[in-house]
Amino acid sequence: MSIVTVQLGQCGNQIGFEVFDALYTDSHCPQGLCSKRENEAYQASCKERFFSEEENGVPVARAVLVDMEPKVTSQTLSKAAQSGRWKYGQHSCFCQKQGSGNNWAYGYSVHGPRHEESIMNLIQKEVEKCDSLSGFFIIMSMAGGTGSGLGAFVTQNLQDQYSNSLKMNQIIWPYGTGEVIVQNYNSILTLSHLYRSSDALLVHENDVLHKICAKLMNIKQISFSDINQVLAHQLGSVFQPTYSVEGSCHYRRNPLGDLMENLVPHPEFKMLGIRNIPQMSENSLAYSTFTWAGLLKHLRQMLISNSKMEEGIDWQVRPPLPGLPTLGKASLNRGLHFNMSIANLVILRGKDVHSADLGGFKDSALYTSWLEPINAFNAWKTHRAFSKYEKSAALVSNSQFLLKPLDTIVGKAWNMFASKAYIHQYTKFGMEEEDFLDSFTLLEQVVASYCNL
Amino acid sequence: MTQSVVVQVGQCGNQIGCCFWDLALREHAAVNQKGIYDEAISSFFRNVDTRVVGDGGSISKGKICSLKARAVLIDMEEGVVNEILQGPLRDVFDSKQLITDISGSGNNWAVGYKVFGSLYQEQILEKLRKSAEHCDCLQCFFIIHSMGGGTGSGLGTFLLKLLEDEFPEVYRFVTSVYPSGEDDVITSPYNSILAMKELNEHADCVLPIDNQSLFDIISKIDLMVNSGKLGTTIKPKSLVTSSAGAVKKWHQRPFDAMNNIVANLLLNLTSSARFEGSLNMDLNEISMNLVPFPQLHYLVSSLTPLYTLADVNIPTRRLDQMFSDAFSKDHQLIRADPKHSLYLACALMVRGNVQVSDLRRNIERLKPSLQFVSWNQEGWKTSLCSVPPVGHSHSLLALANNTCVKPTFMELKERFMRLYKKKAHLHHYLQIEGMEESGFMEAVSSLSGLIEEYNQLDATKSMPVEDFPRLSIAV
Repeated sequence: MSIVTVQLGQCGNQIGFEVFDALYTDSHCPQGLCSKRENEAYQASCKERFFSEEENGVPVARAVLVDMEPKVTSQTLSKAAQSGRWKYGQHSCFCQKQGSGNNWAYGYSVHGPRHEESIMNLIQKEVEKCDSLSGFFIIMSMAGGTGSGLGAFVTQNLQDQYSNSLKMNQIIWPYGTGEVIVQNYNSILTLSHLYRSSDALLVHENDVLHKICAKLMNIKQISFSDINQVLAHQLGSVFQPTYSVEGSCHYRRNPLGDLMENLVPHPEFKMLGIRNIPQMSENSLAYSTFTWAGLLKHLRQMLISNSKMEEGIDWQVRPPLPGLPTLGKASLNRGLHFNMSIANLVILRGKDVHSADLGGFKDSALYTSWLEPINAFNAWKTHRAFSKYEKSAALVSNSQFLLKPLDTIVGKAWNMFASKAYIHQYTKFGMEEEDFLDSFTLLEQVVASYCNL
Repeated sequence: MTQSVVVQVGQCGNQIGCCFWDLALREHAAVNQKGIYDEAISSFFRNVDTRVVGDGGSISKGKICSLKARAVLIDMEEGVVNEILQGPLRDVFDSKQLITDISGSGNNWAVGYKVFGSLYQEQILEKLRKSAEHCDCLQCFFIIHSMGGGTGSGLGTFLLKLLEDEFPEVYRFVTSVYPSGEDDVITSPYNSILAMKELNEHADCVLPIDNQSLFDIISKIDLMVNSGKLGTTIKPKSLVTSSAGAVKKWHQRPFDAMNNIVANLLLNLTSSARFEGSLNMDLNEISMNLVPFPQLHYLVSSLTPLYTLADVNIPTRRLDQMFSDAFSKDHQLIRADPKHSLYLACALMVRGNVQVSDLRRNIERLKPSLQFVSWNQEGWKTSLCSVPPVGHSHSLLALANNTCVKPTFMELKERFMRLYKKKAHLHHYLQIEGMEESGFMEAVSSLSGLIEEYNQLDATKSMPVEDFPRLSIAV
């Protein structure tokens, strides 16, 4: 089954390019560490999900590019075409001239309705190219105007028009120290709307990706390109094919469906985070060897202690002892905060995957009481190594990972809202203070729900 | 991509405008080596086939034939505009874009606004409509003028209301040169205050500039150029004051150097909209991010570096210095000290070989020494444009919505009151039809209102930042 990607705004399009590039490069990687037949099955599966075929044999990404001003999309299209390895469809791009001015209301209330038909038509064309549609992957940022506002509008439309298909939104959270002044407004408006219309929100924070670049990849002068490549690597390690059944060579057909089924048991809890291990520069990789035991031990502790990467993990954090009240109910500012999970998915790729012991993730102490660990925890595997890593593990988690960042954003937006600053910029385009209040209410509910796990 | 139209009014406005077009051509020539008319150039220039008579000569793609500035030049005297039309830029403008008169406004806002306003309203509208028609998607009017005289001040601000009514969706960005302390026009406080009311009510964004600050900046550069310090040869084209072509001796035509600074301001402001980058910033984002309340739309600007030294390696230290300088009071284009006042919002527009990590590092480094208003503690808007200005490897434009503009306004008000109390020169204004004393009173009260808003914000400076109590949800 195929996934149709919708890339929105500058961020969405810049990332989208890196994602397809990473997927393509990995699927054509010569060091798959598995049999030729296996490799071919992997490639075919990856292709089915993300690329369609064109006459001259160059794979075409199953993607629609949308932006309200032309510079980024034309750059993205030409970068892909110049690579000679894959490209975007010639007519898969929709852009306008004026941009959204970092204004959620402009993206949602003006651009949305105005360009609804054109954008949905483009998506329809892409869907028709798929033999069978798994769902939509929407890449957008929350801080700006197009990704955030138009992204929310498009997701809503997808819900109406393709009610049987799944939608996962890949959302980028801006730097905490400020990239766009109204980023917190745009963020709460986006999140509250997506919470109603999307099936899952996969979140990446610029601050976290930046730290990974600095500490793990050892990049001195970090560019957005570097950041996007780390992100693309993480996404690739989740979305590349894995076996559908333990021990088989057949690849899973419905990645989105399986992911949702495993990770989103309740519509109140839709926020997912990714962690992966190992992540390092190529130079360091040459000197490193890993065992599954070591990797999984670190990954488990990253989950429990809410660590963003494999460096600086707090080993003091432990799951609560059974019988004692869970620590999760206390305030958000506590020190030894244990990260309570609702559901987790671990994806293992590479040598000797079947020997990896995942017992540590099946501990019921890690999870809320609603699901049995056997349902709360799932694992996907493949022998086929990912990118250049002989062994790699990724974790997609529905847990309290994003509780603190979400709470922070809501708090800052609330402070600004209380002073009424910038509101006139939104009300100019048909929004009202009521709309803001609705968003705050919904998100406070989400914060409370995650807090009380 | 969108287009912008520059409306230059009065002597000051047209002289600055002329420098702007000169530098814009230079910048695009440096970037666009193949001579193809692309979207970046089209933001400020039309491509015209000059062989075609009349209006039908516009070419939208392909090779550059003849570039025409998207500009309207207005002056109530002929001297300055004539000089432009005889100078090296004569082919960039055509006579259809000009509105001139002979008698001038006599440094009288009322003559500029009331007399010439009504006399030339239709013509002005016609020229503006024409220039708008030539645009595929017009986003912004850039108005350049001075506040202290008669034409720029009076007719320049009359324009604003016209633009607001005729083109309500198009942004109005005004670059206003405020009179310095030792201004030689006696009535400049009257003209400025009367103009301020119009700016308050009809401009989207104002970039105040004052001549003294520009002069101080050139003096600083001059000191560096002539100091002959070892290892400090400066690349000639890199001076923020230099014109296209050879570096002129600035003290022969000091205004040229000063005007070039303002021209560079406008180029840098629009660079991220015209050229590509990893984090673009369009003109509509400036207003969105930097104007938290409609009245508070005055942005203090600073440009760094002022020059590039000739050595090739740029150590990080120098890059960081560029960021530090942007906040020093010596680099502001108006007499203001943003570091010791309160920030409502701040934009950092970076050009050239600078990456997001450099930007983040400097924000974190400088933030502790700056004071931001309680509801906007992380009030940063950032942009990264890949194309540096000519002669530089990187540059920074900082735009601050900061209470440090307040002293300028307060001094202006004081100078006004000193004249007004004695009714000095008032008759020149009141004898113009449509001008009454109430007009003066309204203007002062508009300014006082603005000053009061800044005062209230300043009062919050020393208060501890408290979070507002959040909505409580029944679980």
